[in-house]
Amino acid sequence: MAGEAAIINTAARASLWLQPHRIVLILIALGLVLSAAFFMRWDWLPQYWEMGLMGIWRALWILAVTCALGFLIAVPVGLAQAAGSTWVAAPAKVFCTIIRGTPLLLQLWLLYYGLGSLFPQYPWIRDSWMWPYLRQAWPYGVLALTLSFAGYEGEVMRGAFAGVPKGQLEAARAFGMSRWKIFRRIWLPQAFYRALPTLTGETVLQLKSTPLVATISVIDIFAVAGKVRQDTYLTYEPLLLLALIYMAITGILVLALSRIEARIPVKVG
Amino acid sequence: MLGLLHSLEIAVGATIVGLAIGVCGAYGKLYGGPVVRDLLAVYTTVVRAVPELVLILLLYYAGTDLINQVLTAIGYQRVDISGLVAGIAVLGFCQGAYSTEVMRGAILAIPQGQIEAARAFGMSPGLLLRRITLPAMLPFAIPGLANLWLIATKDTALLAVVGFFELTLATRQAAGVTKAYLIFYLAAGVLYLAVTLFSNFLLGRAEKWARRGMPSIKEAR
Repeated sequence: MAGEAAIINTAARASLWLQPHRIVLILIALGLVLSAAFFMRWDWLPQYWEMGLMGIWRALWILAVTCALGFLIAVPVGLAQAAGSTWVAAPAKVFCTIIRGTPLLLQLWLLYYGLGSLFPQYPWIRDSWMWPYLRQAWPYGVLALTLSFAGYEGEVMRGAFAGVPKGQLEAARAFGMSRWKIFRRIWLPQAFYRALPTLTGETVLQLKSTPLVATISVIDIFAVAGKVRQDTYLTYEPLLLLALIYMAITGILVLALSRIEARIPVKVG
Repeated sequence: MLGLLHSLEIAVGATIVGLAIGVCGAYGKLYGGPVVRDLLAVYTTVVRAVPELVLILLLYYAGTDLINQVLTAIGYQRVDISGLVAGIAVLGFCQGAYSTEVMRGAILAIPQGQIEAARAFGMSPGLLLRRITLPAMLPFAIPGLANLWLIATKDTALLAVVGFFELTLATRQAAGVTKAYLIFYLAAGVLYLAVTLFSNFLLGRAEKWARRGMPSIKEAR
């Protein structure tokens, strides 16, 4: 019986979703896509698709690294604001305000052009092992995006840490857990569960800010599209494809993160 | 300084355009027919999934080109669309998608009885919008709209990539001429920060004003 009901249910939902006007809209959309495929120029694709894959891979890599590092910084920043003394909370607060109050593009250019122009003046930096890295563009991009993610996420984690019910922490202390153990076993997981829905949004935002690194000559997928436009004098085709790629990545990302979200016990608190 | 003025002009313009799109979009999503709803859903999803930088490039070039093509097709001469107008239109289009969602949520948060009472009084839809819906949704919408305004001020920096003269590009040029990169970028950062903090102050006042007469959140908890 239950199975039968489920089948009817899904069928009803499908028919609800595929209403006549939706079918017409989908057909129009298909027509637009097909006309774009036939009437626009796509002959440059075979020449550049390898480069494009490299670009996608690099964008994803930057996204993963900056999100992971940014989250690692965000935890202490959030904790300092939620529970730290004034001396720890104030710098964390200032950090978040500065990061959130200035455009990411400006931060990126400040680091790359500003700091990057300072380093060569000091011989001891030029001679150190760090120089080969500092000469390239991607460390600055990664640093800027990491700090940005940490700034926004630090604010989220502050709310999440503060939102964990006091009783849970008191119970953990009553069990005789050490402070570190309380943090590791109770406080951080609870705060993480609370922050997860917001984290999904922040990750998508972070993906959307990765193309900015192309402005400091890191070759990601956005820079590849720019190169195609320069080489072929085509205005729209690369950009349209680019938009499509980003939409696909966003879709996959949201789907994957909602999967993770679904695995977490619903009743939090 | 001229750069800052340009940035603010664009941010204000884009926010106004975004608000207009937002009100129409929210109304369309809540009360419109099925086709309007689906189209708006596509609009908000696409705009929110594609990076602003890509959207700006696409709309900036495609938009100006499309208008010129239409104009030549009808038989008018090509017009040079100023960067200011194009920037406002493009950012406003991006903002519209976000503010549609903010306003939709805010309108849903209005106690239903207020709207029903207004209808019972025989108010026309326009009057209902002006007298009841907009003022009543303000306290719910202001935090989200405040965020949008801050995003708009910061998104103006992206127009520097397209070559529009605003604060970030002005900074870059000044820094390039004088070779004092760090100082100029820090100064621009301070300017942006000042704008943000000042608007935070004003927005806090505005929210307090819109919430007048409502029970405070702190007491309710």
